[in-house]
Amino acid sequence: MVSDRIAQVERILNGVMDPELPFLTITELGMIQGCEMDDDGTIVIKLTPTYSGCPATDAIQEDITSALQPIEPKFRIDIVHAPAWTTDWISTEAREKMRQHGIAPPEGTSADKAFLLGKAQTVPCPRCASEDTRLVSPFGSTACKAHFQCNACAEPFDHFKCF
Amino acid sequence: MAAQDHEWILRFGDDALVLAQRLSEWCSHGPALEEDIALSNIALDLLGQARALLTLAGQREGRGRDEDALAYFRTDREYRNALLVELPNGHFGDTIVRQMLFDQFAVLRYEALANQTVDRELAAIASKALKEVRYHAAHSAQWVVRLGDGTEESHQRAQASLDVLWSYTAELFEDDAVSQACSDAGVMPLNAGFEASWTAQVEAILSEATLSCPESSALHTGGRNGRHTEHLSYMLAEMQVLPRTYPGAAW
Repeated sequence: MVSDRIAQVERILNGVMDPELPFLTITELGMIQGCEMDDDGTIVIKLTPTYSGCPATDAIQEDITSALQPIEPKFRIDIVHAPAWTTDWISTEAREKMRQHGIAPPEGTSADKAFLLGKAQTVPCPRCASEDTRLVSPFGSTACKAHFQCNACAEPFDHFKCF
Repeated sequence: MAAQDHEWILRFGDDALVLAQRLSEWCSHGPALEEDIALSNIALDLLGQARALLTLAGQREGRGRDEDALAYFRTDREYRNALLVELPNGHFGDTIVRQMLFDQFAVLRYEALANQTVDRELAAIASKALKEVRYHAAHSAQWVVRLGDGTEESHQRAQASLDVLWSYTAELFEDDAVSQACSDAGVMPLNAGFEASWTAQVEAILSEATLSCPESSALHTGGRNGRHTEHLSYMLAEMQVLPRTYPGAAW
C-alpha cells in the first residue's frame, strides 16, 4: 500500500534527531517538507535546510538514509529551497525543549523582522527567565544561533535566531 | 546565439564562492572571538549559496559538471566573480568595508531573483539566500558605523579602506551581453538598475559612519569575463590543490 509505505517512512523520519540539537527531531524543527510517491514508486522525502550552508544538512541526509535503508527499498531525498525554511515552523513543544536545554527559542514570528534589522528585542534568559539580557554577538556557535548573556544571573546562552 | 542561463547563474555563484573562500581565511584570525565566529558563519552561508547556485548552473549547462567540477576544475580565466570579492582581506576594516559594499548589492540582487517567476529554481535559492544576506548586511553596516564613527584611527583606516575598495564597486553595475540576456529573459533587471538603490543605501550608512563617499576614480573591471587580479590565482591554487592533485579524494 502506498499510504502504508509513506506512513512508515514518516514514522521513521519522526525519530531522526538533529545532529546539532540532538534533543530535537528534524520534523520538530520543520525540516521535512513532506513525503510523496513519484511515478516509479520511489518515495521522495523533501528536506529543507535551515541555512544554505548548514553543515548538518549532509549529516542529516546520511542519518535519514541509514534509518530508512533497512525497511524501505526505494526512496530518495530531494533538497528543496522554496518555500524558504523559517523558525515559524518550529513546534511549540520543540521551543519548550530548547528552553529546557538552555537555548532561548525564537521569539515571535519571522514576520517581525526586528532581529534581522538589528533592532532591540527581548530574549528571556532560559535559566532564570529574566528579560534583562543582552546580545553579545549576532553570530553564535552554529549558523542558526546568536550569542546572548543574562544581566541578572550572568549566564551566557545561545538564542535560536528568529529567521 | 544569446547568452544562456547558466552563464548568469555562474556569476551569482562565483561571487558567493570566492567571497566565502576569502572570509573563511579569517577563521581563527579574527580580531575577537565573536567576530571570528561571525565572519566564519557568513562564509558558511555564502558557501551554501554557492553550492546551490553552482549545482544549478551545472545542471543548466548540461555538460555533466557538478558543483565540485565547477569549483575545483575551472581556471581563474573561467571564474566569473566581480573583482571586489577576490581582493585580499587586508585588515579587519578592509574586510568589513568590502563586506558592507557587497552585502548591500547582494540584498538587491537576491530580492530581484527571489521575486521573479521565470526561473523558479533560481527564485527558491534566492529567497533563502536573501534572508541570510539581509542578516549579513545588518552586521556589516553596524561595523562600518562603529569603525567610521569610532576612534580617530579607526575612522582614518575605514576611510582609507573605502577609498581603495570604492574603485571596485562600479563593476557590479556593468552590463554586457550576458546580463542583457538575463534581463531580456525576465530573470533580473540590468545590473545598472540596482545602482541608484545601492548608492542611496550605502550613502546612508557612510553618512552615519561619518565617512565620506569617494569620488569615482579609476575603475577596475573584467571579472565577469574572466580577467581577474593576480589575487584570484593564488586563492584558487590553495582552494583547488587537493582535488586537482588527488581527483575524487574522499575522507
